Amino acid sequence: MKSILKHPLARSTAWRGQRTSCRTRLINTLHQPGDPEVASRRADAPFRLAIIGSGPSGFYTAYRVQSKLPTARIDMYEALPVPFGLVRFGVAPDHPEVKFCINKFDEVARHPNFTYIGNTPIGSESLPFSSLLPNYNAILLSYGASKDKTLNLPGESTLSGIHSARAFVGWYNGLPEHKDLNPNLEGSDGKAVVIGQGNVALDVARILLTGVDELRKTDITEYALEALSKSKVKEVEVVGRRGPLQAAFTIKEVRELMNLPSVGFEPVPPSIIPQDTSTLPRAKKRLMDTINKGTKSYPLEKNWKLSFFSSPTAFLSSSSNPDQLSHIRFEKTAPVEGTNGEKVVGTGKHKDVYASLAFRSIGYKSEPISGMIEAGIPFDEKKGVVCNTLGRVAKPTPEGDIQVPGIYTTGWVRRGPTGIIASTMMDAFDAGDNIVNDWLGGVDFLGKEGDVKMGWEAVKREHSRIGLKAVHWSDWDKIDKAEKERGMKIGKEREKFGTEEEMMAIV
Amino acid sequence: MPPPRASSIFRNLRSQCSNRLFHRADNILPQCSRPITTRTPIYSGAHNRAFTTRTLRPRLSLPSSIYIKQFSTTSYLSHGHLTPPKAGEELKVTFVTKEGNEFTFEVAEGDNLLDIGQAHDLEMEGACGGSCACSTCHVIIDDQEMYNLLEEPDDDENDMLDLAFGLTETSRLGCQVKMKKEIDGLKVKLPAMTRNLQASDFK
Repeated sequence: MKSILKHPLARSTAWRGQRTSCRTRLINTLHQPGDPEVASRRADAPFRLAIIGSGPSGFYTAYRVQSKLPTARIDMYEALPVPFGLVRFGVAPDHPEVKFCINKFDEVARHPNFTYIGNTPIGSESLPFSSLLPNYNAILLSYGASKDKTLNLPGESTLSGIHSARAFVGWYNGLPEHKDLNPNLEGSDGKAVVIGQGNVALDVARILLTGVDELRKTDITEYALEALSKSKVKEVEVVGRRGPLQAAFTIKEVRELMNLPSVGFEPVPPSIIPQDTSTLPRAKKRLMDTINKGTKSYPLEKNWKLSFFSSPTAFLSSSSNPDQLSHIRFEKTAPVEGTNGEKVVGTGKHKDVYASLAFRSIGYKSEPISGMIEAGIPFDEKKGVVCNTLGRVAKPTPEGDIQVPGIYTTGWVRRGPTGIIASTMMDAFDAGDNIVNDWLGGVDFLGKEGDVKMGWEAVKREHSRIGLKAVHWSDWDKIDKAEKERGMKIGKEREKFGTEEEMMAIV
Repeated sequence: MPPPRASSIFRNLRSQCSNRLFHRADNILPQCSRPITTRTPIYSGAHNRAFTTRTLRPRLSLPSSIYIKQFSTTSYLSHGHLTPPKAGEELKVTFVTKEGNEFTFEVAEGDNLLDIGQAHDLEMEGACGGSCACSTCHVIIDDQEMYNLLEEPDDDENDMLDLAFGLTETSRLGCQVKMKKEIDGLKVKLPAMTRNLQASDFK
């Protein structure tokens, strides 16, 4: 099979641009490992892999490929100058132990067959996706989920005081894109509502309620510390559409909130949360017990609560200040029978919750990289993921899915924005195994058999023609060192650079 | 029996293919990135000494290039700080890999299972560096009585175990289980890491 662009299916426009939905049945027209008609490749056959995105999914896949196929040449492309994706910009600053995986990633990046290419977004306005295709045997899409899901409710985009949790997290973690969010914590009426009940929602609640002296020791940005030190937020309500058993947060995050000094938890009414938890599965049982146990006393200086069965319908302002959020209208919901609480319907009863700050934390979506669809890579707009069968990118057809040769995906762009670092690691290991097995097994990859792929050595010509300045691992070392030095001066582990210009000035 | 025809392999791909491929690679490739012959623990500051009671050998002949030693500036010791056991005080611990291979090591009191596993290049991850902040070093204690001899897991460990794949009644995090005399002869299984065939993938 020739290059993906010349793939007969890539030429068909039947599926192109249409809203597709991924199926999972894979009808495989390609040669498969173990197929008696196919000669397997030698383990020392030159193999070039491009990884798009330098978050944990990309790095763990690289790690797996390196350990199974040490001769593989891996080039990792990252839009920002700095690596590690959500490990740097998503993991809460008070969870430094979760970031230890960076040590492993650093080891991966120092492998002689690994090249890090930072400051290089892939897309029409930067390095075109099509410039990668002829230069690699395989491309791994692991660029995560960059788009925020919205509620599309009245007032959501017009009133001030409403933020996406993603932007807030990016703001306190020093993501250049959200540096100027400036949430008005000082002018707040003391109450914040977080809509959504995942771990990001609890991260937001915890950062709002934790004393700044605790946060000062972490790598949270100085501007966020400054704003949080002036914060008037004393109450945080975390609201979900469904019941406690359907909440997506995990117990560690709940327990941390329960253990915050001077923070009380408003007990959940016994009618809403199971009291006899003995029949529940282990994880749910322990989670319910932790919520039921709550905090030793309530109320305290600052407080938080979990509200269930409430679906927002409108963001509203007061007549005295028509541009500022003053309250949120929620419709009470009830579980649909027979769905085990998974589905809820509105009951028609409403209640207003007064709060001048709201954080929308209802998940992320991935977007296709421009040029990707044109290259024959199917994207499920509805789910916001690349269509794939267990990490092998595959086009949905009425008969089943057809694998796109040489294109793989992992992480949130593969399975949607859920799961902890361990699930991302397993997913990435699966992707790494699939790539290596397919390669050694002799299935079709990008381009013709026997083509010599030049990887970054060829791409860099196009790269410099466009006028991009690549950041390599030695450059990141310099940024890393400078950030640590900045941090040391103020008693922190690290003080991140807030803008790409500052990062590039070090390079 | 002749090898199955391609068409029959793919007919039931979603339940067979990925699993088959997974195992196939494990047969082809060495489990470790270092030369296989050096499956020996390296003790910091001490002379090297082989403690493996069984040495892994590749089951298939391999092109020599696959043994290329992986370059790494972060020393392999970084996650393998084992103390050499004093003569006569060695404790035995057996790991059963997901392929069912058993490896027995002689270790010192106080070493934890994650460090032991990693020092011997078993396929065991400690994404958080052994700080009980992830569930990647999940192990299953083979024997309920042995499990009862261990100290109860604390809240932090249980919180992480809640998220582990394939959790069992005798699951523990390897980073939290330290060797001691009472559990000499401990046998632990490494859970099958693949989540390829989880139901959620087929929704």
